[in-house]
Amino acid sequence: MTRAIKLWPMPGGIHPPEHKQQSMQLPLGTVPIPPQLFIPLNQHIGAPAKAIVTVGEQVLAGQLIATADGTFSANIHASSSGTVSAIGDYALPHPSGMHGQAIVINTDGSHQWAPLQDCQDYLTLDRLALLEKIRAAGVAGLGGAGFPTAVKLYTKSTQQIDTLVINGAECEPYITADDMLMQVRAEEIIAGTLLLSHILHHPARLIIAVEDNKPKAIAALQLAAKNYTGEKSAQDAAIEVLAIPTLYPSGGARQLVQILTGREIPHGHHSADIGAICVNVATTAAAWRAVRFGEPLISRITTVTGEALKIQRNIEVLLGTPIEYVLTQHGFAADKALRVVMGGSMMGFTLPDLSAPVIKTTNCLLAASKKELPPPPPAQACIRCGICAEACPASLLPQQLFWYAQAEDSQRLQAHNIFDCIECGACSYVCPSKIPLVQYYRAGKGMIRQQTAEKEKADRSRQRFEFRKLRIEKEEAEKEAKRAARKKAAEEAKQQLANRKSGAPTEQQPDMLATALSKASQVQATPAEQRVKLERMLQTARNGLASARAPLVARNPEFPITEVQLVQQQSRIKQMELKLVEAEKRLADFDAQQAGAASASGEDPVAAAMARAKEKMAQPADEKLRTNLELMQSRFAKAQEKAQQATADGSPAADALQKSLEKMQQKIAETEAELAALATSEVIVASVTPVEENAAQQAMAKARAKAATLTGMSDQEKQAEQLRALQSRLQKARERLQDAERENAPNIEALRIAVSKLEEKIAAL
Amino acid sequence: MLEAILHNPIAAALIALIGLSLVFGGILGFAAVRYKVEGNPLVERIDKILPQTQCGQCGYPGCRPYAEAISHGDAINKCPPGGQATINALADMLDIQASTLDAEHGEASDIKKVAFIREAECIGCTKCIQACPMDAILGAAKHMHTVIADECTGCDLCIEPCPVDCIDMIPVNTSLDHWHWDLPAPLQLIASDRQTLPAGRAA
Repeated sequence: MTRAIKLWPMPGGIHPPEHKQQSMQLPLGTVPIPPQLFIPLNQHIGAPAKAIVTVGEQVLAGQLIATADGTFSANIHASSSGTVSAIGDYALPHPSGMHGQAIVINTDGSHQWAPLQDCQDYLTLDRLALLEKIRAAGVAGLGGAGFPTAVKLYTKSTQQIDTLVINGAECEPYITADDMLMQVRAEEIIAGTLLLSHILHHPARLIIAVEDNKPKAIAALQLAAKNYTGEKSAQDAAIEVLAIPTLYPSGGARQLVQILTGREIPHGHHSADIGAICVNVATTAAAWRAVRFGEPLISRITTVTGEALKIQRNIEVLLGTPIEYVLTQHGFAADKALRVVMGGSMMGFTLPDLSAPVIKTTNCLLAASKKELPPPPPAQACIRCGICAEACPASLLPQQLFWYAQAEDSQRLQAHNIFDCIECGACSYVCPSKIPLVQYYRAGKGMIRQQTAEKEKADRSRQRFEFRKLRIEKEEAEKEAKRAARKKAAEEAKQQLANRKSGAPTEQQPDMLATALSKASQVQATPAEQRVKLERMLQTARNGLASARAPLVARNPEFPITEVQLVQQQSRIKQMELKLVEAEKRLADFDAQQAGAASASGEDPVAAAMARAKEKMAQPADEKLRTNLELMQSRFAKAQEKAQQATADGSPAADALQKSLEKMQQKIAETEAELAALATSEVIVASVTPVEENAAQQAMAKARAKAATLTGMSDQEKQAEQLRALQSRLQKARERLQDAERENAPNIEALRIAVSKLEEKIAAL
Repeated sequence: MLEAILHNPIAAALIALIGLSLVFGGILGFAAVRYKVEGNPLVERIDKILPQTQCGQCGYPGCRPYAEAISHGDAINKCPPGGQATINALADMLDIQASTLDAEHGEASDIKKVAFIREAECIGCTKCIQACPMDAILGAAKHMHTVIADECTGCDLCIEPCPVDCIDMIPVNTSLDHWHWDLPAPLQLIASDRQTLPAGRAA
């Protein structure tokens, strides 16, 4: 291995006490399988996985229990065999102390593995297939961020990767998990590096970077690289194991890439954009195991350290093991511990709840005594010394950021690139006033993220609101247009009517007036003539009746006389009868009038007309209605026939006819209802007063009221009411028939038909 | 003529100035017509700052009408959902004095709320659907309604029309996705300053 490779300096950086020796005294250990594993569904950056097991299900070690939800997510596997005992909200290793979804497995202690699919030679496999294997194994960045590895390795075609950096710097105090891994599993890291090189189209440089405070790890890696005999593509570059100067935070991906390549990752970009990919050593080994053995990520190496523990060492621990359990296995003295930190002393956070489990990103558990991590001294005012700016590895202005974060000025914070801050804590470490600067930046970042989310929501709300307004306006406009069209149509109709009215007097009215005048003069002039006319009318009515009564003769012998025709004949007979009755009556009236006129000669013809009108009004209203009804029924029968024909012929008028039929039916029903109302009201009217002049109007009003009540009634009630009316009508009709029979009146036939019809109707109801 | 002008420097200067003013006036007039700005750009900017809850607590039917009112000189402190932050932002943008929230229009609340329909009690009258300015309530006549929590701005407008009072405003729980660190406690002052701090006792 060549040692003459140039390294570039990194801006800023500090040298905090390392505290790495205490956990490296003992070899890599393990803890027994805990009785219960709490496996959170979100152990990575991105969307939480979706549970695919149910409570009570038996699971084996390495069995998939939750699948990735979308691209930015990772699969979760059972860490040991056992039974799923619960899926619910449990404590998470998170600074908020919030609970989150986790799958609880009651272990059986046998740690029986699910069948795994190994792969002897990954070189034969497609790159996408390899990425899929890594993805299926749920590998996420084990350095601390938990970025899904398959997503990181899936580079865009525009990103030409020329440098693969395997990050073994492990710069943070107390943490030695990667150091231990590099010493005991160097071959896996070398094999993993070659695997990633294969996936990334063989970058020109393969660098394993280790801080120079881990000589044993460097030696182990160099030896493993020299003796490597596994799969290796001819195109793979030689692996460079580089010792980089110890400086915190050289292990940050951006900083490490800068140290190794001299290229700074621009604001808002990833390292892949400048042709470098940085993967943690533990992640590299896990990726290799996932491809080689098909082994999912169910355990990791974690440093367990701190003065509150009797044993300080690195352990391989199953994911989901409660932190409390791990600490107890190492002689945890709760009274001695001020706090338990997950991560190192610089970037770690105090665990609010020790029942939280070890997850994929748990690289260190630090049970610190009061002496080790004393509570932060009270912060003093900033003295504007500027040491923080010198220490900042991202070349930011921590002091300015501090002011703006304090003032919650999100615009200026963003102008000062707060999102380039990696929260390494170097500035807080060097601050002579002991200001917890990183906490301000974290709060500032949170505030900006929240504001952005709120703004997004506000924009969406605005869009929705405006769209709604638009929609309502459109609806309103449509309604308005309809209304206007209707109004216009009504006006046009009115105009037409007015035209007709105004047009008539000029042309037609004189004629009409003339005829009316002549008629009136006729009437006035010759009563004798009138009588002759009436007699003629009577005669024609009689003749008509006779012809109507004549038996029906089929016009075509092939077609027998139909029922419809019969009904038609009946109605015609009735019509004639009625005409006859009318004619007779008119004649009788005329005679009586003539007599009256003779006795009171010289009386005003107007008075006579009034008297006639009065007489007419006095004529029982139900009689009139009845004649109307009969007429309508006959018309209905005719229309029905026509409609039938039309439907048989399939003529387009069938619909219209059907509609008119319906209308007629309705009218008939209305008239019937009126009649029925009259029949009932008649009795009362008769008993109270003699027939009044406006009886007809009254009856109509009553009938209308009745119809209104009918519409208000339920169907059953309506039917009952109808039945009652019909029955009363039948009763009356029968009485009348009897009277007619007794007197041998000419309308017996019609009455009989009416009775039979009524009977039919009642039967139908 | 030309000679006369050239010999009379004042006339020449006058002619030159008038000529220039006519030319530039023409250019400006053309630009004013050709590049006329549609609508009032200030309203857009004010509307961007308002929280878009469309709650109508300001007395205007929505945030945009209020933005228009502000551009015509209405007070900027009528928006309780926006709170002091919105007032400050508006004052900053309009370069006017930031005032405190006008209590007449309601009180600012830090707790975000969303409407929640107790679905068993909903009779499906669609009154809340018509009231919602966000179209955030889903349902049909005689069918149960429900609130799309993501779209609800917590404006309260659906509560009043509900004939069976089955709508509650429930506070939004902060989830892990929304959690963020709080600002640390303010810097401590040195002992002598601290003693003068409590209000009332200060000299």
